Amino acid sequence: MTNQGLGVAKTAIAVVGVTKVYGVGSGAVTALDDVSLEIRDNEFFTLLGPSGCGKTTLLRGIAGFEELTEGRILLFGEDIGPLPPNKRPVNTVFQQYALFPHMSVAQNVGFGLRMLGRDRSEIEATVQRTLDLVKLGALAGRRPTQLSGGQQQRVALARALATQPRVLLLDEPLSALDLKLRQEMRVELKQLQQETGITFVFVTHDQEEALTMSDRIAVMSDGKVQQVGGAQDIYDQPVNHFVADFIGETNFLDVEIEDIAGDRAHCRSRAGLALEAEAPEGARPGARVSVSVRPEKIGIGAGGDGADAVVERLTYLGTDTHYQVRVGDETLLVRVQNAHGRRSHFDVGARVALTFDPDAARILAD
Amino acid sequence: MTRAEAGLKEVIGPQERRELRIRRILLLPSLLVIGFGLVLPIGIVVVYSFLRPGTYGGVIWDFTFSAYIQFLFERDLFDNTLTFQTAYLEIYLRSFLQAVAATIGAFMLGFPAAYFIATRPLATRTMWVFLITVPYWVNLLIRTISMLFIIRDEGPLNYLLIWLGIVETPVRIAYTDFAVGLALIYSYLPFMVLPIYAAIERFDFRLMEAAYDLYANRWTILREIILPLAKPGIIAGSLLVFIPSLGSFLAPDILGGGKNLMIGNMIALQFQGSRNWPFGSAAAVILMGVVLIALMIFVRQQLRQRVRTN
Repeated sequence: MTNQGLGVAKTAIAVVGVTKVYGVGSGAVTALDDVSLEIRDNEFFTLLGPSGCGKTTLLRGIAGFEELTEGRILLFGEDIGPLPPNKRPVNTVFQQYALFPHMSVAQNVGFGLRMLGRDRSEIEATVQRTLDLVKLGALAGRRPTQLSGGQQQRVALARALATQPRVLLLDEPLSALDLKLRQEMRVELKQLQQETGITFVFVTHDQEEALTMSDRIAVMSDGKVQQVGGAQDIYDQPVNHFVADFIGETNFLDVEIEDIAGDRAHCRSRAGLALEAEAPEGARPGARVSVSVRPEKIGIGAGGDGADAVVERLTYLGTDTHYQVRVGDETLLVRVQNAHGRRSHFDVGARVALTFDPDAARILAD
Repeated sequence: MTRAEAGLKEVIGPQERRELRIRRILLLPSLLVIGFGLVLPIGIVVVYSFLRPGTYGGVIWDFTFSAYIQFLFERDLFDNTLTFQTAYLEIYLRSFLQAVAATIGAFMLGFPAAYFIATRPLATRTMWVFLITVPYWVNLLIRTISMLFIIRDEGPLNYLLIWLGIVETPVRIAYTDFAVGLALIYSYLPFMVLPIYAAIERFDFRLMEAAYDLYANRWTILREIILPLAKPGIIAGSLLVFIPSLGSFLAPDILGGGKNLMIGNMIALQFQGSRNWPFGSAAAVILMGVVLIALMIFVRQQLRQRVRTN
C-alpha cells in the first residue's frame, strides 16, 4: 500500500488518522485531531505551526514517546505502534540536545551503536566518520559542557545519525542558537540530509526555516494539518486564512464574486477594488468570500491605470519599502522592492494607483 | 592557595574587602559553636588517650602510649611481655562489615524511594520529603526499643510470618546482627534518601528519553544514565549512613543483645564498667583516624577522576 507505482517516491512514514488526547473528561485536551499525512522517503519534511499546534506531539508519537489515542503510524509500511522507542529505527535530535553530560563527545555519538551491540572497532570508525561529517572530528575527547551551543547541536546530530536511522526526527533543533549560527545550520542540515539520504522530519515554528530547508511542509494548527505542500505552494496558494496568515505577510479582503469566466473568478471588494483569482470548485457568482493578497504582488504607481489609494504610512527597510495605503475603508500593505533603476517614492498623503498581478489574489476556504 | 582564591585577590577592591570582613564576623558564632562543641572535646579525647587510667575512672596525668599498645597487644601479667592480639581489631572489622551492610541495605531501599519522590509532580514532592522525615519526630531510643518489640520472638513480625505460613515457629530476629543491621538501616535511611533525591531532582529526564531513543532498554538507562548522574548523591548518602553506622551505639546495645561487641559499645564500656578512659579515648581516636584517612583517600581519588575526565 505504500508503494503507489513507478515514478512515485516511496512513503517513509504514513500517519493515518492519528488522534492524541491528554487527560479525561472536561479537562481533556486534544493535541492531535485525526491527523493523516504521508512523508516520502528521502525528503526533508517539515511540520510547521505555532506552539501548541501539535507538531511536537506528532513527532514524539513517531519517536514512540507518546502513546496514540487513536490511529496508526506506519514506517515503510510497518505499523510501529506497538514498538517502544528503543525498538524503532528512528532517532531524535532533541530541542535542548539532551547530550549525556558524563560522557565524552565520542561516547555520546557511539552510544546508540554500543546499545545495538556493534563491536568496538566498528563503533570507533563510525563515530569518527560521523563526527567528521558534522565537522567535529577534532573534538571527540571533549565533554558536552566544554562545547559551544553550535557544537553541542552538531554532537546531537552526529549522535542521532551514527546508527544510520531510516528517519531522523528533529525537534526545533535550531531554536537555541543565535541567528547567524541558525542560518549556517540551515544550509548544513539541508546538505546533511541530501548527503545521507535519510528522511528528515523537522519540527519548527519558524516559517523562514521551513521555507528555506524543506522539500515539503505540513502547516499545522489546533492539532490539525491545514495544508501540505512545497514551500512555493504554501506561500502562493494558501488554502485557508490560517495558512495565509501564518506564512509571510498578507492582506485579507472580503470580496463578492461578481462573475466566473472559465476558472477565473472576478471579485470586487467593499471599497470597489477589482480582483481576479482562480475560482475554487463550487464557487458561484454572488458568493461572499475572503481573499489573501500578498503585499509584494501589488504594484504602486503615481497615476494612470489602477485603483486610487492614499499613502497612510511608509516604512523604509533598505531593500524594501512598506506602504500602508487606504482605499475607501480598506487598508492594504504594499511592499515595493528598492531595486536597481526604481526611483518611485511616495510620501504620506500621496495619491497613488494600485495595480494587482493576475495571480495576486487567492480565494481562501475559510 | 587555589586558583579561585588567587583570582579573588586580584579583583577585589576596598569595598569588597570590607564586605569580606563583615562576612567573617558573621561566621564567628558558628565558629564558636564548632570550637567549643567539636574541636575542644575531640582535643580532650586525644589528650586523654595518651594518659594513664585512674582506678575509679578519670585519668592520671602521666604521658604514655599504653592505651594504643593495649589496642593491639596483650601484656602478660607476670613477665610484662607483649603478645599480638586481634580481639579489638575483630570488633573494628565486624563493625565495619555491619556498617557496609547497612549502607548497602539503605541504598537498595533508599534509591527507589528517592527516585519515586523525585519523579512525583512538584506539588506532592514536598509532602513526600516531609513524610520521610516524620520518624525523626520520635526519639531514636524509643524507636529502637519499639523495633525490639516488633521483631522479638512473640512480636507482630513473627506472628505475621507464622500467619503467612512462611515459618512454623517464631524465628530469632532480635539480638542478632541482622536485627542490628535492620535498626541501622531504619535509623539512617533518610540520610540516604535525601541526598539521592536532591541529585535526581535536578536530573534532566530528557536524557532518559534520548537514551531510550538510542536503543537502550530500561535497565541500561538505569545503569548508564541515571546511576552515573546520581553518583554525587549516592556517595553523599552512603557516607551519611556509613559513618554513623560504624560508630553506632544504640542499635547494637539494644538489639544486638550485647553478644557481639561493636566499636560504639566497646568505647562506651571503657567509660562505664571498665573505667579505662584513656583506652576508650584511644579507641575513639583510632576510629576517627581510620575514617578520616579513608575519606581523604576517597575524596582525593574522586577529585583526580574529575580532573581526568575534564
